[in-house]
Amino acid sequence: MSTGLNDNELISKVLSGDHQAYAGLVNRYQNYVFTLTLRMVKNREDAEEVAQDVFIKAFKYLADFRGASKFSTWLYTIVNNTCISFLRKKKLEIHSLDNEKVFEVADSMDSGFRANLVEQKSRQSMVHNAIGLMGPDDAEIITLFYKSEQSLEEIAQILGLEVNTAKVRLHRARTRLKEKMETHFAHEVKDLN
Amino acid sequence: MNTQRNIEERLWEFIDGHSSLEEKTVIERLLQTDVEWKAKYSELLEVNEMLQSSELEAPSMRFTKNVMEEIAKMHIAPATKSYINKRIIWGIGLFFMTMLVAILIYGFSQMDWNTGESSAITDKLSKIDYTKFFNNTWVNAFMMINVLLGLVLLDNYFSNKRKQFRKEA
Repeated sequence: MSTGLNDNELISKVLSGDHQAYAGLVNRYQNYVFTLTLRMVKNREDAEEVAQDVFIKAFKYLADFRGASKFSTWLYTIVNNTCISFLRKKKLEIHSLDNEKVFEVADSMDSGFRANLVEQKSRQSMVHNAIGLMGPDDAEIITLFYKSEQSLEEIAQILGLEVNTAKVRLHRARTRLKEKMETHFAHEVKDLN
Repeated sequence: MNTQRNIEERLWEFIDGHSSLEEKTVIERLLQTDVEWKAKYSELLEVNEMLQSSELEAPSMRFTKNVMEEIAKMHIAPATKSYINKRIIWGIGLFFMTMLVAILIYGFSQMDWNTGESSAITDKLSKIDYTKFFNNTWVNAFMMINVLLGLVLLDNYFSNKRKQFRKEA
């Protein structure tokens, strides 16, 4: 297996004709890509379909990856574009950062999440559910910061923002997450303490 | 001003390790003396720990297999760089440059250069009748397109330079 190789070595192998080496990249980044797509399309089946599409596109255009940035950064641009086209195709509304509707939708989804919580009352699921209640922009920046090992500078670069703007967006997203947990999972938060 | 938002933003910076040394010392002191800051800090620290300890979502077990089955039918597309022929780009550039120079030569040859007795070049230039040159809509439109293309290229050049500079910094 090619799991011991770093991203650039795996990419070189794939580009030189060893297509099986691509499985190493898929294994390494499948959770990252799936989490990002799930947080944007909000549905596991759709997210899996989009995530597969992302890896297929990444394979097709792998020769365009010049190694100037991290592979995960390059992959993120494909994730973002693929999710946007998917949502457009499905004619779903992409909620913006300040769109209050996000919270209305979140409130209506709350009862479903509550039912789930009876069975899976854990810190993990609570964080996932709370992130699921957030707008895609908030969920995206939190995932990038905590789960993709990207620095704030890299996040700013891939989101096309100034570092300070990315910082403020991250602060606000975390504040909103905290509010979500306090509002929708107050009992669970108390139980966990 | 110690508003809630202000406190939170400063504390998040402190937790992320982005505070300056001076700010860090101030916050450390506040955390020892101020109850409100202390309470807010434990609150945010808990959220931070939850986020750090949360794991990524996993797709189905067949995910990698599905992707590999799909890509088995595909070929990697050649890099964009390799199929954009630089000669074509240069050819287009050369065409515009030639047109620009030809129009300028034609235009200047149409102008009335007899501007009187004065021999100073600045004097002559100020007295040239430019209306004989820029009197055609097509010429004006062409010049405008050229100027716009030039500005777009200049903008691209500077934004690339800025990106490069940021990367180096």
